[in-house]
Amino acid sequence: MSEPANRRGAPKGGLTRRGLFRGVGTATLLGGCVDRTSTTDPGGHAVVDDATAPAELGPDRVPVRFTLNGESVEAAVEPRTTLLDALRLDLDTTGPKLVCDRGSCSACLVLVDGLPRNSCMMLAHDVAGREVTTVEGLSKGDELSALQHAFVRHDALQCGFCTSGMLISCAALLRRRPKGEPLTATQVQDAIAGNLCRCGTYPHVVAAVLEVASGKTERAGA
Amino acid sequence: MNRFTIVRIPSLKDASNRVATTQGAVLRAGGIDLLDHMKEGLQAPSELVELHAIGGDEGMKLRSMDVHGDGRRRLGALVTLAQIAELEELFEGHQALAQAAAHAATPGIRNAATLGGNLLQRPRCWYYRHVDLVCLKKGGDMCLAQTGDHRYHAILGGGPSYIVHPSSLAGPLVALEATIDVRGVDGTVRTIAIEELFVGPTVDPMREHCLAPGEILLSVTLPVPAPGQRSAHAMAKEKQSQDWPLAEASVRLRMDGGKLRDVRVALGHVAPVPWRSKEAEAALEGQAPSAELFARAAQAATGPAKPLPGNAYKVPLCQGVLRQALHEAAQIPLPE
Repeated sequence: MSEPANRRGAPKGGLTRRGLFRGVGTATLLGGCVDRTSTTDPGGHAVVDDATAPAELGPDRVPVRFTLNGESVEAAVEPRTTLLDALRLDLDTTGPKLVCDRGSCSACLVLVDGLPRNSCMMLAHDVAGREVTTVEGLSKGDELSALQHAFVRHDALQCGFCTSGMLISCAALLRRRPKGEPLTATQVQDAIAGNLCRCGTYPHVVAAVLEVASGKTERAGA
Repeated sequence: MNRFTIVRIPSLKDASNRVATTQGAVLRAGGIDLLDHMKEGLQAPSELVELHAIGGDEGMKLRSMDVHGDGRRRLGALVTLAQIAELEELFEGHQALAQAAAHAATPGIRNAATLGGNLLQRPRCWYYRHVDLVCLKKGGDMCLAQTGDHRYHAILGGGPSYIVHPSSLAGPLVALEATIDVRGVDGTVRTIAIEELFVGPTVDPMREHCLAPGEILLSVTLPVPAPGQRSAHAMAKEKQSQDWPLAEASVRLRMDGGKLRDVRVALGHVAPVPWRSKEAEAALEGQAPSAELFARAAQAATGPAKPLPGNAYKVPLCQGVLRQALHEAAQIPLPE
């Protein structure tokens, strides 16, 4: 029987826990301070220009605009197109991998407004107006991030098919971590709990993330 | 997936009417189970009416969590499992819910999957999920699990369907005596005990909940915890992550003069509905907690079990997770 992982002190998403609970008496106040992108609707969908007007999209191709790795993009896709398919087939962004197509393996993970999401289980139109980051967006051009260098140093990939999803999970964990708080192996394991690696390279992934978190990273390329 | 239209309607009234009056229109929250059905060819809706598009005060209530003036806690139906999982420390007395949410599915799914969707999802039975098989749940004559491979199926309350209820949050909510608010198609809101949401197979094997098309689960409310109330959730899985539990147990209790009081026990993934064990509750209520008592209560919980030939292993497993949850809630170290 598995021991429930200790979540005390785990990094807390893009949400502040105390911000989640609000007295009913402040409901009107609340109305004015909803930050829909991360605090109150992390599972949320499209941000549309006029949310007060009813809208029908499709079933034919309809343009969807969002920010992909820092750049504004547009694709004309049917409502049934998953975000993963739009990224790979329409936007030539093939870092996220199509594997199970059922949200079971996390090879398709991307960050949507900073949170890891399975792009195979979302529709492309769900990210209208939102920020999507794929593994391509973790590096600056050809310069890999510290996390990616650590993956290389620790041999944290074998066949590599899960790697883009692993990197997204780990990048989200590192970004959410309160400054100065050390990470534990359990926290890394929890963060990559959805990433299926058939090669079994998990220990090297954990080692790579812990090294980056410790700040004692050897110089990249060394 | 089939072709469909995305419909964004900002008011609950119009969204509800749209679903109630349009052939093939369905509501979508996180959409995890819905997209799964569509990809498997089990469902081909003509319209997805987006709950996330509900605006204004109605939308905010769906998305938010708050504390009533009297201390009751209300969770909107669109709150994600990831949000609930982060609440463990604030959820004094209601920890079982956050614990269950923290271990459901995967981190990526938990960022999308909602409280409402978790409660209303369809069963994960492999016969039901197979597009070519016509089982009892899809209008067929019999439950194919009964004579087939039923290693993950019901040991309690089975027949004529032997599915296990797929929600991991339902058990804790039953143990915590939660209520739900449901908006009817006519706009009236009714509050019912969470147990009344679930429909057993003897009542109707084709469905697992009592909501009609166009009815909307708005929120879940947890009662004010009694002083000293504790709760816990325990489960066993074949894999530690990204797997469905084989058995789960949720308990709520408080200590009064060295005796257990207000004990509620709910078992998950062992029955077609979240299974409240009144046998275990009766064995525990008013007793002094001990490892021996918890073992007896676990025996009592599985007393009515009628395992199928291929899933008798679930009986001791169910006892084990219940004992684990009881030990955790009562803060008595496990003997093993």
